[in-house]
Amino acid sequence: MTIKGKAYVMGAFEHPTRDAPDKTTAQLHAESAKGALADAGLTFADVDGYFCAGDAPGFGGLSMVDYMGLKNVRHLDSTETGGSSYILHVGHAAQAIAAGKCSVALITLAGRPRNGGNRPGASMKPGPGGLSDGAPEAGFEAIYGGSTHNTYGMCAMRHMHEYGTTSEQLAWIKVAASHHAQWNEHAFLKNVVTVEEVVNSRMISDPLHLLDCCVVTDGGGALVVTSPEVAKSLNRPKVRVLGAGEAPKGQMGGAGLDLTYSGAVWSGPRAFEEAGVTPADIKYASIYDSFTITVLMQLEDLGFCKKGEGGRFVADGNLISGVGKLPFNTDGGGLCNNHPTNRGGITKVIEAVRQLRGEAHPKVQVQNCDLAIAHGTGGSLGIRHGSATVILEREA
Amino acid sequence: MSDVMTRPIPAPAVNIESKPFWDAAAEGRFLIKRCTACGKAHWYPRTICPLCGSDATVWEESPGEGEIYSFSILRRAPTGPYALAYVTLDEGPAVLTNIVDATPDEVRIGMRVKVRFQETEGEGPPAPVFAPTR
Repeated sequence: MTIKGKAYVMGAFEHPTRDAPDKTTAQLHAESAKGALADAGLTFADVDGYFCAGDAPGFGGLSMVDYMGLKNVRHLDSTETGGSSYILHVGHAAQAIAAGKCSVALITLAGRPRNGGNRPGASMKPGPGGLSDGAPEAGFEAIYGGSTHNTYGMCAMRHMHEYGTTSEQLAWIKVAASHHAQWNEHAFLKNVVTVEEVVNSRMISDPLHLLDCCVVTDGGGALVVTSPEVAKSLNRPKVRVLGAGEAPKGQMGGAGLDLTYSGAVWSGPRAFEEAGVTPADIKYASIYDSFTITVLMQLEDLGFCKKGEGGRFVADGNLISGVGKLPFNTDGGGLCNNHPTNRGGITKVIEAVRQLRGEAHPKVQVQNCDLAIAHGTGGSLGIRHGSATVILEREA
Repeated sequence: MSDVMTRPIPAPAVNIESKPFWDAAAEGRFLIKRCTACGKAHWYPRTICPLCGSDATVWEESPGEGEIYSFSILRRAPTGPYALAYVTLDEGPAVLTNIVDATPDEVRIGMRVKVRFQETEGEGPPAPVFAPTR
């Protein structure tokens, strides 16, 4: 496949300012975006791909997607290569469009070096007049002591309120992970725990207990993704990428805030549609487990059960390999095995690859495991996050 | 009986876009942004409406009343337990905040709360927090 002729630059806008004491960097990004979209005859609602580099304030592209209220983004790219980033982004955008991953890609740059913000990633330190110019949400969020524990705690609290989900049901997720971790010689926590032990562990941030939380570990991981030709030439079982989906979710202006679902409601269906399979076809699931509630919400959002029924779905060992209907995180997951540098995405893919190769521990290996999902949520479910789903298949 | 929750709040990062909010906060007034194009209020306040993309946004003084959408109490903070919460304002948008002047046991989803301003550390302006209406 080539990008030749597959994509068009239809909007372009250069912000007229050369000195902007009266605007933030986020505002300059948004005004530039509005200008380019107006030039093309499009609006923010038409944008389904967003590209930015290190000059975009906040967290990857997530802060700017939220600031601009981009509701339909299904492709996000914050590749940073300095001043060439935006030329590189045109190439990446064309690739994404050619692959059907988006149809309207927005690329933005902005900054205010004449007004103190002379570094990419706009400084949080106050400049002239005591004013800062960092993440646009910082002043209204960072001061309230939001951590992963209490922001995910708010999701769990609301889920319990709306659907009657219980701490005992959440505990089953940790119990299942611990059953798997006992066989993993590298697991940080190898002890099998009970529902009672989880709900009786000390409260960290209501309603999440200590054993509802993932481990903190050093470590790392890596993946190699190849072309079909290279795959064929290598002497390893072939794990084929069938589909992928991604979606950011933020507060979007605080209107209709709903903490009971994640971006998986969008990334999941996109991945399943591309793969041409359904949740019922999945033999093994790697589900990001920063907290027990993370797993429960994502299982619902991915369609393994109906919204609100996650508590009943995960109970009674349904996630334990060889016992339940949906074996998950057979390495012990982030809850027991590993959560290197507080980012659990890569270990999710790694265990899915082990399962598809038939190289998981024999005690947890899923029989005839030919189709797997790896799904994760980065950032915070309760503040703003990026969801990503991949569906992988063992090629005979 | 447990004590009511308090929490020291660091000085907020103030930028040129949010300065009118914090200037009003120093006067004890709680402002939100409303878009005159779509008519909707949003939070956190922006120049460009995140709901419709218009730049026709205006500041509006709000009584700062609403109800708790969700919350979580971080139990072992160095300065004691505190409640992080979203409060849904009567005008519509949800606001991330701390719940103060309440015990950990009494905070509930749906509880009516009202804004008050708490001094922040250093030279910063006071920050909006919410307390139960009694």
